[in-house]
Amino acid sequence: MIRPSLLLAGLVCVALAPRSAVADERPDPYFGEAVYYALQGDWFDALERLDTEVLQHRDVDEQSLDSLYSHIDDAEFSLGDFELRYRMHHRAGRAITAVLEGAVDERIRNDAAYRLARIHFQKQQMEDALLALDRTEGEIPRAIRDDIEFLRANVYLAQGRPLDAVPVLEGLVKSEEYNGFAAYNLGIAWYADGQRSKALEKLNVAGLMRSGEPGDAAIRDKANLVLGTIYLENEEFAQAASVLNRVSLEGPYSNQALLSAGWANMSREDYERAVVPWGILAKREVTDAATQEALLALPYAYGKLNIHGRAAVHYGRALDAFGVEIEKLSDSIESIREGKFLEALVREEIRKDKDWLIRLRSLPETPETYYLMELLASHDFQTGLQNYLDLADLKRRLLSWEGGFDSYDEMVGIRRDHYAPLLPDVDEAFRKLDSRLRLRKEQHRMLVKRRDDLLTAPRPEFLATRNEQAIIARLDPLEAQAEGHDLERVQRLRGLLAYTLHIDYHERFTEFDSNLRGLDKAMATMQAEYDEFVRSRQAATHSFEGYDKPMQRLRADVEKSVEKIDMLMARQGRLLEVLAIDQLIARRDHLENYGDKARFALADSYDRATQSQARLEGAE
Amino acid sequence: MSNFIRASLLAVLVGSPLVAFAGDPSGDDMRSLDGQVQEIKSDVLSIASELNTLEERLLFPSHTEVSVFVSLDKDEDFRLDAIELMIDGELATHHIYSFKELEALQKGGVQRLYTGNLTTGDHQLSVKMIGKLKSGKDFSESGDFTINKGIKPSALGIALASPGLGSDVIRVGDW
Repeated sequence: MIRPSLLLAGLVCVALAPRSAVADERPDPYFGEAVYYALQGDWFDALERLDTEVLQHRDVDEQSLDSLYSHIDDAEFSLGDFELRYRMHHRAGRAITAVLEGAVDERIRNDAAYRLARIHFQKQQMEDALLALDRTEGEIPRAIRDDIEFLRANVYLAQGRPLDAVPVLEGLVKSEEYNGFAAYNLGIAWYADGQRSKALEKLNVAGLMRSGEPGDAAIRDKANLVLGTIYLENEEFAQAASVLNRVSLEGPYSNQALLSAGWANMSREDYERAVVPWGILAKREVTDAATQEALLALPYAYGKLNIHGRAAVHYGRALDAFGVEIEKLSDSIESIREGKFLEALVREEIRKDKDWLIRLRSLPETPETYYLMELLASHDFQTGLQNYLDLADLKRRLLSWEGGFDSYDEMVGIRRDHYAPLLPDVDEAFRKLDSRLRLRKEQHRMLVKRRDDLLTAPRPEFLATRNEQAIIARLDPLEAQAEGHDLERVQRLRGLLAYTLHIDYHERFTEFDSNLRGLDKAMATMQAEYDEFVRSRQAATHSFEGYDKPMQRLRADVEKSVEKIDMLMARQGRLLEVLAIDQLIARRDHLENYGDKARFALADSYDRATQSQARLEGAE
Repeated sequence: MSNFIRASLLAVLVGSPLVAFAGDPSGDDMRSLDGQVQEIKSDVLSIASELNTLEERLLFPSHTEVSVFVSLDKDEDFRLDAIELMIDGELATHHIYSFKELEALQKGGVQRLYTGNLTTGDHQLSVKMIGKLKSGKDFSESGDFTINKGIKPSALGIALASPGLGSDVIRVGDW
């Protein structure tokens, strides 16, 4: 038996333990956010966030400075995982293959190989599944060790290689998680190989397994049911009845087991014992196929016991029940044709409940779901149904975004109306300020250079005050004109000035340097304000420019996607409806056939009861 | 009789529904549709990603953008019922946790609590959380913090720990 659904259920814990996000003290917050949604089963949101984050990381110039840098392998791996869970197998396969081919940790590589194998298995690509499993090597995470082997065994079974599956399953017999399934599948593997006695032995072991786990109880019941059915097929009726009696009366296989137990007893002509399970079954949910068969089988057994009166009563009840059910099925078929089935499926308040499929049955407007539980549980129908629900969800999102475009347009318009008239004046004023700023910056640069030059080559005259510079400037022409005593006076004055400049040089240089440092601070403040202005100015422009084209494109993309989704939903919905209607019609035909038999048998029972009564009266 | 048994056995062994899909036209249609559904999912994800980027650019310019994330310390098992965030004395946001959200936080998920705009410089953050301890006792904890908003987009983290263990119950810092 291959149980992808159970396999997946087992994997949820393994895969969703967001190793990267919890193992490190400070995961990337955006990756952590994606994990937050994933852990709630919101795969679209999880994917959308992680996809954006990974794309942004790839676009970063210096990736080592990005917060996702140390988690990128895990992030890409999780991307594949989320895609897998969102049933995007094509993309998931590509993402996981990329991880496998990248230079990643052995632990991640093995996990990825397992995930890839699972994808192939679900897509029924068994060769590829095995190839992926064969890529596991070295340290395999403990959490998935048994999962890998269980998957391998299932692949072998699906390939029709039961003997290859046997040693793998034997290795899992002691597994905490898979011991029940391993024991059961061992029986199936031997049976598939034609080794009946080994199959019976293993199924018997699985059927006697004791465990308090509900999953183990179900597998135990199933093993007993299969074992009983094999005995029944081989006309070993006593063994069949004994094994079928081991099936729990409350489990999911109880109806089928009760029905088969009745047939086992009937076949060995133990009619009284046949009445017991069929009597129990006939009182159960009447929409169940086994119950409906029991409604017919029970009076048949009474007939064999020559209790024709009671048989006639039960045939009558069966006829009534079949009539009601046939009417219900006809109504259901009509209801589906009117589109009510799909309407009920997409009701959000119902799907918030994890048992929403079961809860569907409580809806008065969806009587059909009583008859569709088997169909609803099948893999292909589930895939189609999930796709339909996903499409409905995507449409809801797209319509909500579509409504947002008008708001964005309005916001951009308001900003444009506000900023556009202001910006020319602001820009004009800024240009004037900008040229003054550049001048001051140049002056500042010159002063800094002069100070630095003075450090290596002192030039006292550079630090002369304005008054001293004026005196020096006047001394030159005076010196050229003066003679004798006047010339001596001018030269003394020049000497005095040179002396003062020399003596005060260090003090003046310190003051110059101190003033320049003060100016540095002022210049830094000015530069910061300048930068702030530039940012604000850019933000003003960015607040309304560059949105029109992408917004128009996105609007068109959204419209196109909605159209495509409508088309896909119609096709998918129609397919689901056809499948459901076919199923219901098959059940109705079956019931009509039962009804014909019941009518015939009812008449026969009345005749026999009357004859019996007449014989009795004649004897008296 | 034997036909019935064989049919039952087959159904039990492979767990198949009454309607068989493998190889039938409806099964092929389902698979073909499945491929197309995967394509449209991919398209819508691309739209969502682009729209989000555009929306972020429009609503939260990079030099003023502030995002506040919430995480729980490892192995915390207290029940966080609600959190409230105030920035500069104004209510920025509050959130009441569902069971699923709390479980996601406990398993290492990080919740984006708030995204908004702040000018560069210092700002006051007040965080208040209420919940229930493992013992069943209600608790309420709050903390005030000063944060500095630079010119780059800012990601702040609020890390929450169980009250009464000696360490800081609410810690705020750059992520």
